Amino acid sequence: MHPEVFGISILWLFLYGYLIVASIDFGAGFYSYYCKLKKKDHITNGLIHRYLSPVWEVTNVFLIFFMVGLIGFFPDTAYYYGTALLIPGSLALVLLVIRGSFYAFSRYGARESSLYMFLYGSTGLLIPASLSTVLTISQGGFIEEQNGLIVFKAKELLLNPYSWSVVLLAIVSVLFISASFLTYYARKAQDQPAERVLRGFALSWSVPTILASIFVFLSLRQHSPWHFESIVELAWMFGASLFFFSIAVGLLWSKAAYGCAFLCVMCQFGFAFYGYGASHLPYILYPYITIQDSVTNPQMLDALILAFLAGLMLLLPSLYLLVRLFLFNARYVKGSGS
Amino acid sequence: MEWDTFMLSRLLTSMTLGFHIIFATIGVGVPLLICLAEWWGIRKNDPHYILLARRWARGFVITVAIGVVTGTCIGLQLSLLWPSFMQIAGQVIGLPLFLETFAFFFEAIFLGIYLYTWDRFKNPWIHWSFSIPVVIGSAGSAFFITTVNAFMNTPTGFTLENGMITAIEPWKAMFNPATPTKVLHVLASAYLTSAFILGSIAGFQLLKGRRHVYYRKALTFTMFFCLLFGILTAVIGDFSGKFLAEYQPEKLAAAEWHFHTERNADLILGGYLTEENEVRGAIRIPYALSLLAYGNPTAEVKGLHDFQRELWPPLFIHYLFDLMVGIGIYLIIVPIVYFYFLMKKNRMPNGIYRFIIAGGPLAMLAIEAGWIFTEAGRQPWILRGYMKTAHGVTTASNVGEMLFLFSLLYGVLAVTCIGVLLRLYRNNTAEAEIIRRGIG
Repeated sequence: MHPEVFGISILWLFLYGYLIVASIDFGAGFYSYYCKLKKKDHITNGLIHRYLSPVWEVTNVFLIFFMVGLIGFFPDTAYYYGTALLIPGSLALVLLVIRGSFYAFSRYGARESSLYMFLYGSTGLLIPASLSTVLTISQGGFIEEQNGLIVFKAKELLLNPYSWSVVLLAIVSVLFISASFLTYYARKAQDQPAERVLRGFALSWSVPTILASIFVFLSLRQHSPWHFESIVELAWMFGASLFFFSIAVGLLWSKAAYGCAFLCVMCQFGFAFYGYGASHLPYILYPYITIQDSVTNPQMLDALILAFLAGLMLLLPSLYLLVRLFLFNARYVKGSGS
Repeated sequence: MEWDTFMLSRLLTSMTLGFHIIFATIGVGVPLLICLAEWWGIRKNDPHYILLARRWARGFVITVAIGVVTGTCIGLQLSLLWPSFMQIAGQVIGLPLFLETFAFFFEAIFLGIYLYTWDRFKNPWIHWSFSIPVVIGSAGSAFFITTVNAFMNTPTGFTLENGMITAIEPWKAMFNPATPTKVLHVLASAYLTSAFILGSIAGFQLLKGRRHVYYRKALTFTMFFCLLFGILTAVIGDFSGKFLAEYQPEKLAAAEWHFHTERNADLILGGYLTEENEVRGAIRIPYALSLLAYGNPTAEVKGLHDFQRELWPPLFIHYLFDLMVGIGIYLIIVPIVYFYFLMKKNRMPNGIYRFIIAGGPLAMLAIEAGWIFTEAGRQPWILRGYMKTAHGVTTASNVGEMLFLFSLLYGVLAVTCIGVLLRLYRNNTAEAEIIRRGIG
């Protein structure tokens, strides 16, 4: 494997990790708010917060990891994206800041505040929407180099059907991933009322997820024919994604094996995400940055890969410990431990 | 001063960093004190110290959250506001930035575990052991990120030819000449500042008339570490002075308003500068600058006139340098006086508490002053000797609006943070918790 392919695969893995853990978090925020409006919050919120409390900070790190790694492996991205994304990037930051800090405040009484719950719920949908536009921009057409200056065409982005289809997909995916995980978690906690509510959410967001995906494919065909063609070549990956989706929905429907159902959801998004990423290559930003011509120099690449492997040896056991102590600890999940 | 994109970008970066370092300093220092208090409590079988660790940890969650989110801000703003700089420097500092996220990841995982496993294990040492990775992780991220800043001050480990960077040696860039003094000074001063902030909280309770032995233990415990880290910070600060003399003489000269290269150089305290760059109203300590710079009272110290006028750092950094050093000395004297009265075993005068209370905010002020000194003292360079700050700035417009947006955001965060912390401790006083837990 070429080192730059290795580099981008690592980064993609972390972005995928962020996609899953952050979706659970973002969706949970939205459901908390929704349930509060419907006066059902007493059913679900204890469960949601028992899960989120120890992991929210870890969620954030996945994103930072991706951004820092991208600049380390492909320094040109800093120049193009950095110049173009001042406004959208800053807005996304503000949303992340509100959510992250208010999450910590919430542990000390802010939970009763409607304003807080509103911010918590709405940022849960706005953040994925704003982050997903970076993927749209990477398709090309929204950043242009004119006389040596980088110009970001915000208006075209806002008026483009493809960019809206991606936003839509991001939001419904978040809600689907989150609900399917929380359903599984509720069963582990033997919390039947919460399980009923969350299973309903999962099932009702499954169909929009697929519809939004189809919509993305159709608009991508219009927007980036080059990308659509390479997607067709990797059609099996998207087929696999659909296959896992149907199994997940089947399991949720028949109220069986929610753990498996969530694994299938992870596979569904894993295949789709890797299929999307692989078909996007060699471009990181069409047509300005490809993985070959922007890669950092070989010594740095070696050092980064070394650092990555060493870091992973530290991370994996730690993450395992975290999961063992909270996610798969029966006493903690049910709310009786600590 | 012109309010162009360059100036606004500098302001926004300073504001984010200035806000972040408050929480970053607490984030590095407080875990160590929590870890030490719990260790001492378990060792001495004294539940008061364990409660101390527990109550500190509760407030720490709030500050760490703001540290995380503002850290994310600065991480992204580097690319958003200084894209040309990141394109060049990113190739060389990718490694420490990457390692920093690992340290941060490690810390985040174990902080979650530590905070949510109080009372979960029968053996108290198990819970305590989770605090160690938090201490290591927070010191690690301080270490790695400071090497990046050190690199900007003394760039090494690459060659620049016609705007192209070649021959990169990542490890050499990371362990550049500024790294040792900078990292040690950052760590020691963060520990000192955190200890003083926690100490000033205990001092405040005692001044208000709280008499429980818990507060007295808290104060003596923190003052001990204030003294320890105060001396350590001062000693490392002295090394930093010698480092500057050797590698960034223009920064030291600007800090000391030292214009002419000469032997037996005076150290200048306070004072002001006339239009013609004459020093007025200052206290001069003969030989002290030569001593600070080279450990030799007759050594020759380079003056500013040896440098091109347009490469001079701003001369206001003198005030920041004096402020930092002055507060540093104050922070060593106060614990000494405290222990003096403690040994004499008579009643602690209320004045001492007032000095201790002032010490917490002053220590944070010194951190800010020190960082502004070191950053402004590097101007006009963003990469000393290689790239001017003006050449790294974004070409995008709208930085002004973003400056406004983030000012608003940090304002809201600061107010909410203070409000939540006050409510947290007022609604659950230490006395109430001692009774509730039945630890007397």
